[in-house]
Amino acid sequence: MSTQPKTILDSEPAAAAAGARFVNVGERTNVTGSAKFKKLILAGDYDAAVDVARDQVENGAQIIDVNMDEALLDSEQAMTIFLKRIAAEPDIARVPVMIDSSKWSVIEAGLKCVSGKPIVNSISMKEGEAPFLELARKCRAYGAAVVVMAFDEVGQADTAARKIEICERAYKLLTADGFEPQDIIFDPNIFAIATGIDEHRRYAIDFIEATAEIRRRCPGVHISGGLSNLSFSFRGNEPVRRAMHSVFLYHAIPAGMDMGIVNAGQLEVYDQIDPELRDACEDVILDRNEDATETLIALAERYKGTDAAEEKKLAEWRGLPVTERLSYALVKGIDAHIVEDTEEARQQAERPIHVIEGPLMDGMNVVGDLFGAGKMFLPQVVKSARVMKKAVAHLIPFIEEEKEKSGVTAGKGRVVMATVKGDVHDIGKNIVGVVLQCNGFEVIDLGVMVPWQTILESANDNQADMIGLSGLITPSLDEMVTVAGEMQRLGLKTPLLIGGATTSKAHTALRIDPAYEGPVIHVLDASRAVGVASSLVSDTQCEPLVAKTADEYEALRIARSRSGQSELASIADARANAFAFDPSGQAPAPIRPGLHQIGEWPLRDLKASIDWTPFFRAWELAGNYPQILDDEVVGESARSLFNDAQAMLDKIIAERWVTPKATVGLWRCKREGDDVLVLAGNDWTRLPFLRQQVKKREGRPNMSLADFINPEGEDWIGGFAVGIHGLEPHLERFKAENDDYSDILLKALSDRLAESFAEVLHAEVRNRLWGYADEHFSTADLIREKFQGIRPAPGYPACPDHSLKPILFEMLGGAPGEVSLTENFAMLPTSAVSGFYFAHRDSQYFGVARIGEDQLADYAERRGVDLDCARRWLRPNLD
Amino acid sequence: MSASQSLRSEAAKRILIKDGPYGTGIQGEKLSGEAYCAGLDLLKDQKGNNDLLNLTQPQVVRTICERFADVGAEILATNTFNANRISQADYAAEHLVGDINRASARIMREVADRYTAKDGKPRWIAGALGPTNKTLSLSPDVNDPAYREVDFDTVKDVYREQIDALVEGGVDFILVETVFDTLNAKAAIMATLEAEQALGRELPLMVSMTLTDLSGRNLSGHTVEAFWATVRHAKPVTIGLNCSFGASQLRPHLVALNGLADTLIMAYPNAGLPNDLGEYDEVAAETAAQVSEWFDAGLVNIVGGCCGTTPAHIAAIAKAAEGRMPRKVPTAPRQTLLAGLEPMVIAA
Repeated sequence: MSTQPKTILDSEPAAAAAGARFVNVGERTNVTGSAKFKKLILAGDYDAAVDVARDQVENGAQIIDVNMDEALLDSEQAMTIFLKRIAAEPDIARVPVMIDSSKWSVIEAGLKCVSGKPIVNSISMKEGEAPFLELARKCRAYGAAVVVMAFDEVGQADTAARKIEICERAYKLLTADGFEPQDIIFDPNIFAIATGIDEHRRYAIDFIEATAEIRRRCPGVHISGGLSNLSFSFRGNEPVRRAMHSVFLYHAIPAGMDMGIVNAGQLEVYDQIDPELRDACEDVILDRNEDATETLIALAERYKGTDAAEEKKLAEWRGLPVTERLSYALVKGIDAHIVEDTEEARQQAERPIHVIEGPLMDGMNVVGDLFGAGKMFLPQVVKSARVMKKAVAHLIPFIEEEKEKSGVTAGKGRVVMATVKGDVHDIGKNIVGVVLQCNGFEVIDLGVMVPWQTILESANDNQADMIGLSGLITPSLDEMVTVAGEMQRLGLKTPLLIGGATTSKAHTALRIDPAYEGPVIHVLDASRAVGVASSLVSDTQCEPLVAKTADEYEALRIARSRSGQSELASIADARANAFAFDPSGQAPAPIRPGLHQIGEWPLRDLKASIDWTPFFRAWELAGNYPQILDDEVVGESARSLFNDAQAMLDKIIAERWVTPKATVGLWRCKREGDDVLVLAGNDWTRLPFLRQQVKKREGRPNMSLADFINPEGEDWIGGFAVGIHGLEPHLERFKAENDDYSDILLKALSDRLAESFAEVLHAEVRNRLWGYADEHFSTADLIREKFQGIRPAPGYPACPDHSLKPILFEMLGGAPGEVSLTENFAMLPTSAVSGFYFAHRDSQYFGVARIGEDQLADYAERRGVDLDCARRWLRPNLD
Repeated sequence: MSASQSLRSEAAKRILIKDGPYGTGIQGEKLSGEAYCAGLDLLKDQKGNNDLLNLTQPQVVRTICERFADVGAEILATNTFNANRISQADYAAEHLVGDINRASARIMREVADRYTAKDGKPRWIAGALGPTNKTLSLSPDVNDPAYREVDFDTVKDVYREQIDALVEGGVDFILVETVFDTLNAKAAIMATLEAEQALGRELPLMVSMTLTDLSGRNLSGHTVEAFWATVRHAKPVTIGLNCSFGASQLRPHLVALNGLADTLIMAYPNAGLPNDLGEYDEVAAETAAQVSEWFDAGLVNIVGGCCGTTPAHIAAIAKAAEGRMPRKVPTAPRQTLLAGLEPMVIAA
């Protein structure tokens, strides 16, 4: 016995993987062995019951025994519920389950909800060989190993000889039937010792002797036993029971017992047992002397009530600060203390919502990161979401109360969410749902496999503010396009959010967004869902977000179409699929046709209509104005920059640093195919426009700017150029002062003024010079282009050929707004904008994207240049 | 010689070739909803119900099967991935499950027998059982983790119906594939074992797991080793992996299986990882090159293709497999293999 292990437990994971020497089976999830667990199950408190299982595994149980044999229980149902519950707890479900019952129906109910390879505890020859074999075969078909009790038609084996005889007989029967010896575990019965009854004195030693012999006669099998029986007569005296169990194992393991149903958290290290107690236990277990029992009973008195030490073992994490506890509970998915911790955090927080926005979201972000990095898997995430929900549920009444006090009652918005038809994956969707609810949204979750009809019905019935679609498998991508298409068909405008593992910004931009004219936004993860949803229901942030996203997707589409992925239609087919001109949308003839020179425009007007977002972008500060000023990350720099800009702008205006000048032309025109012939002065000038050639989904036209001009009768077109003049002396001054900051600031402001001027001028044209409109718009609406008519610029997506600029400038009289062109068609001064005016009601921006060789040749001819020249100008649209 | 014996004996000599997916080929046909239905009186739109085509467009299915056979596929799987009562419920076509499975098995059987009559080479038909679209291990209700949409016996019965029809149609094996939920697979195995008993002859199983993350777990959270521990009792004639990722990402998980599984390993990867549009763009030569690395390491006995692979991919794989040594099936160490989500070994 000199080589026996000094420690009993062999719970190192590495050791387990390599082949455990002794497997400890957790026994606390057993209603017959644990009064506490029984109480929890009878009360239906499965949350706490699951925690018992977790404690077992954390304390080193390598298998957990689950037993629901209790007269007051529907044992089959309790077994089923509990096993399904722990299946959702990866830190428990990682270990195999031992399904423990004396009733086969309970065992079978358990086998139907356990995946992995479990152990059935137990079957025996109590009813004879035939029923025994039948149950053994069923266990095998369910893929379970079996514990075979040393029990036969006569009864339970108590002596070593009977134990050996029964086990050997069972072994022969099972292996002859095809059972693998390694899937057989014998339980030769551990009975109570130190009972005062003489016949019981040899029970422990009989077990140990039988173990050695069974291992010898039945190669491949394992020996297990339930330890708590052994110390039954010392109920209530845990220190003595622990010592007895440890001493027993110390002898039984070397004999071949390699599995035991024990309270893994409550085993002593053999060497650390009080020597006096240890010796007394040895005497009893090995039946070494007549009064061993009396000695142990006498000694046991001293150990009663010393269990207080256990109290200090309350898990260490409970001692952490509350925010860390919340984060820990979320990441670990432990909800035992979540309500009390949430309450503590609430009391510390200024507002209840801060608990959600702070520690809870932080915890969820950690979960998201771990999941993304593959360090957590789906069931854990679900668990975390549940903890989150409980925390939020606790906070909601407080948040409501606060709202009532502050007079704000309505929820932030209503979101209808679904995993699309054909997909069962909904965890990401659920997390998004939870997070949205946490942030005050009402979430109507339609579940998984939801056909578009149901989604749209629900959105309609509930007057949803937005619809969220989720999916994990690739066919869901197509289904999302279908939903978008149906939304389009019904003429909805409800924003559509797209999320889920296979979705991507690229797919959303390329496939979903074009199918639906309403806002479509890909939401990368749950943390972003809140930002997006909040913006969509906000009066001020909705339009900027939608516009920004649309721009982004358009850019993506253009980039993608250039990358050659999209199929092209022939130019003839593309023309056949042109945007249909609707004569009823044609604007009337201009009130003041011809050329208009604008020598100077009041700067103060331009300041008011500046679109600040691109200004910050120019400084590489990401975010939309004005929200960017309060941005957590860049807010401070944005504010400082904005103050400097305002100060300089005031100077620019007060000291008249710059002069905005412009020229506008409004001309009669007619259409000839994709060309527009313009009567500027006395000559007809040909403006050749390009047409989208990328194959479109059915019902989507291949657009050209020419499509907005009446193909059959007279129509009107406009042109303009604006320039901001007079920067140079100031730039020189800054240079001289080595003031790069002011230099860049002035250029950036000047660019903004040019854009603002173009916008203001367009309004002037619409309302007065052309005069087809009568508008009263705010700056935001101007920026968002709510008005009728467009002003596409040569070199931009709808009209990508920069070389139209000299033609335009010529029509405008040569140097419109005193702007000139370089040989590469760049404008001077650099703060300048030029373009065409289209006034038709349906006129809209689009990207020409990739064109084919056929259109290139055609265009070269129309433009009157050779093919190589045209190819050079249109290079970006050819690749 | 039984089908499993002939398969094992051929697999000892060379690497065998399994076919590729039907979905990719069917998508290429761009069939309308009417073509899917082909006159059948069904309540719902059948577009996308690829399994129904076994009944309504048998020539489409047969042609795809022949294309795979033409390039050297010897193990031909039926086009019945969703031909079970649970999945067909989406199309209100549950009542056709038996007919669909019988029809598909018969199409494949006819092709295999016709080709074998021509060249004398053996071919095998594997009746494919998909995972269904319900999971036995996960709750779809975040508030009720013990809730399940289906129960074990329902899933088992659903599989049994499919298995019986496949057997009637003449399949050699039952292929439980794309296992994302280990408990669903256990129900399929149980159904096969029961069918085998009713049949009174061997009904060999092929089992193929699919991984949902690169760390090597399926959706129900099981590792490859835990999965093997879970299904080993069924003594499957092949165990392996399909779908999941491309061949190069599957490799480490095949290595894990290789040392453990005392049976043939069959693996059929996707054509790489899908791009951000959900499309596969790995070309045949690339797939074949990655699969060749499996041959170099002696990891597989049977290879084929899953999502995104085409007859061209199978042809390239078959060419790469020519003359290569198949994996040697090891004898399993005598040890007890249990499993939760992770494997647990108890030394003998």
